[in-house]
Amino acid sequence: MPSNDLASLKPGDHATICSIHADESLHHRLSALGFRVGKRIELIRRARFSGPLHVRIGSTDIVMRQTEARRIHITPTTS
Amino acid sequence: MKRVALLGMPNTGKSTLFNRISGASARVGNWPGITVDLMSAKILLGGHIAELIDLPGIYDLHGFSDDEQVVRHFLENNEIDLVLLVLNTSQIDRQLSLGLQVRDLGLPTVLMLNMADEARRSGITVDQQAMTAKLGMPVALISAKYGDGCKESLQLAAETMNRIAHPAPEVLREQLRTDDRIEHEMEEIVSASVQMPMQMTDQLTARLDRIVLHPWLGLPLFFAALFILFEFIFTAGKPLQDGIAWILGYIRGGLLEPWLATVPPWLHGLLLDGIYNGVGTVAAFVPLIVLFFLVMTMVEDSGYLSRAAYLTDALMAKMGMDGRSFVMLLMGFGCNVPALMGTRVMRSRPLRLLTMLVIPFSLCSARLQVFVFMAAALFTPQQAPFVLFALYLMSFAATFVTAMIFKGQYHSNEPFILELPPYRFPTPRQIALRGWLEVSHFLRRATKFIVAGVVLVWALTNFPSDVPPASAYTFAGMIGNALSPVLSPIGIDGKLAIALIFGFVAKEIVIGSLAVIYGLSGDPLVQLMAQKLDWVQGMSFMLFTLIYTPCLSTIATLRSESRSNAFMWFSIAWSLLLAWAVSFVFYQGARALGY
Repeated sequence: MPSNDLASLKPGDHATICSIHADESLHHRLSALGFRVGKRIELIRRARFSGPLHVRIGSTDIVMRQTEARRIHITPTTS
Repeated sequence: MKRVALLGMPNTGKSTLFNRISGASARVGNWPGITVDLMSAKILLGGHIAELIDLPGIYDLHGFSDDEQVVRHFLENNEIDLVLLVLNTSQIDRQLSLGLQVRDLGLPTVLMLNMADEARRSGITVDQQAMTAKLGMPVALISAKYGDGCKESLQLAAETMNRIAHPAPEVLREQLRTDDRIEHEMEEIVSASVQMPMQMTDQLTARLDRIVLHPWLGLPLFFAALFILFEFIFTAGKPLQDGIAWILGYIRGGLLEPWLATVPPWLHGLLLDGIYNGVGTVAAFVPLIVLFFLVMTMVEDSGYLSRAAYLTDALMAKMGMDGRSFVMLLMGFGCNVPALMGTRVMRSRPLRLLTMLVIPFSLCSARLQVFVFMAAALFTPQQAPFVLFALYLMSFAATFVTAMIFKGQYHSNEPFILELPPYRFPTPRQIALRGWLEVSHFLRRATKFIVAGVVLVWALTNFPSDVPPASAYTFAGMIGNALSPVLSPIGIDGKLAIALIFGFVAKEIVIGSLAVIYGLSGDPLVQLMAQKLDWVQGMSFMLFTLIYTPCLSTIATLRSESRSNAFMWFSIAWSLLLAWAVSFVFYQGARALGY
């Protein structure tokens, strides 16, 4: 299955994180929020006008801009 | 004296615990090695007087955000006898990383697993003994909101503090370098001591989010909610403000006037018209600030603020700010002062400064008074609402232009990643404590600054003493004349210039100063102004009033919140420049078109 970034998911899609391309400070922040390679992630909704994404990882709900989401590469999974 | 640091992740109820332990005895203080104020309070712990310090909420001890650096520098530069580490029980699977980081520092630490009540409801059970053994650190389950387990946990904390010696700051400095194996150990401990349902979703939060964050309904709902809050603050605040004004007037008339009847007139004027009225101006802000913070605490702790930021972020990103800036801007339409204080939720300094730079353009309720008066004097009742609407549009435009010009200077590197906490209901105690703390801080900071400001304006309009107050022969009048080369191109004469100088103190006294300047009040003043000014001049005056520095309280708050005199002066200079430019373009343009 081809690898995509998080920003390309549609609401309701599930995926597994396969890599995170971020500088050190962003990497720290993401990993502190639970973003790690191999973790499952779900896109809950997207805001209008290219606004932020609402994702769920484990038990945590997070909103992030598309810029940050594009740094997280994922493999889509079926539900 | 012992020193106890309260550490934890954001949204874990750390401040709630701080308030519960410390009561209302908290104060703000400076600490070596860091530049921000931290709240601290004296508490009794295991027979010692201990100072409890509320450190900023952080995700990671080794991160690079402002808050993470503050915590690290604090730990490196201050001797600490005990760390109370607060984590959210429901999210312990990922938050434990911070616990392991702190443990590796070798500091005596008690892990407080907060919101144990919420976790229990979600079906999470924590084996306290297993975790304590695995972690090598005492673990307490508490609910800071309701107080469950707090007493026992403090006992545990006292024992830990007296049992384990703390390392020197130099040792900590060495240890705050690197750590890698934490992640692995974390998963091991969680799997050994915590049973967690696989996909835990708070059903109610998810259902509320479906409505509140709806792609089309979300924003209208947000504006409706905001409008209601706004209405509440100002309808409830107005009678309180009037009440304070009445009490102050009563004290002045009934007590101070007779009491000071025998002192020399200049001292009488200085004490009553200068200092007393100045302090009164500050006091009139208090009800609004109390209400604002009560409401803001409620909104903040409920988890809605992060959702509002999500909704407005797309728009604000284009202006170099983010969703949280928008919330504060709108609050500024009530009063700029609490809105500026509210920017504390932002962690990145450039982002915060940019937001603080644009908030003063929000047309606050004090300016609205001036505009309602002027619009009634110079326009027909049919035109007046459109004039007001145009001024609101202008307020947005000034914000937009300023943000577009300066977003390059205040470029924020901080990525916009926010956690959406589950909805919660703050308790009344939590709200009341917070409101009280904010108000006392505001009063302490603003008072000195404002007293100095009003004394200065009073002196300018009352000296030399042998001429009528506020006339063209006083220092203020001379300044007005001196400013005429600058102000006449925008249609503002010497008398209006004096009103603008008064407006620097507070927009509330602009109308009152016009009354003093023209020697009339009420309807005769309205008629006289309609004779003396045409609508182009009036509009130019209103535009200038809208955009230039809102009031001394705002300036004082700008300075104390930004901790920078340079930023304060920059904000004043920019708003004066922009005000003049807008009024100039309007006035000369209207005249050129033949009005």
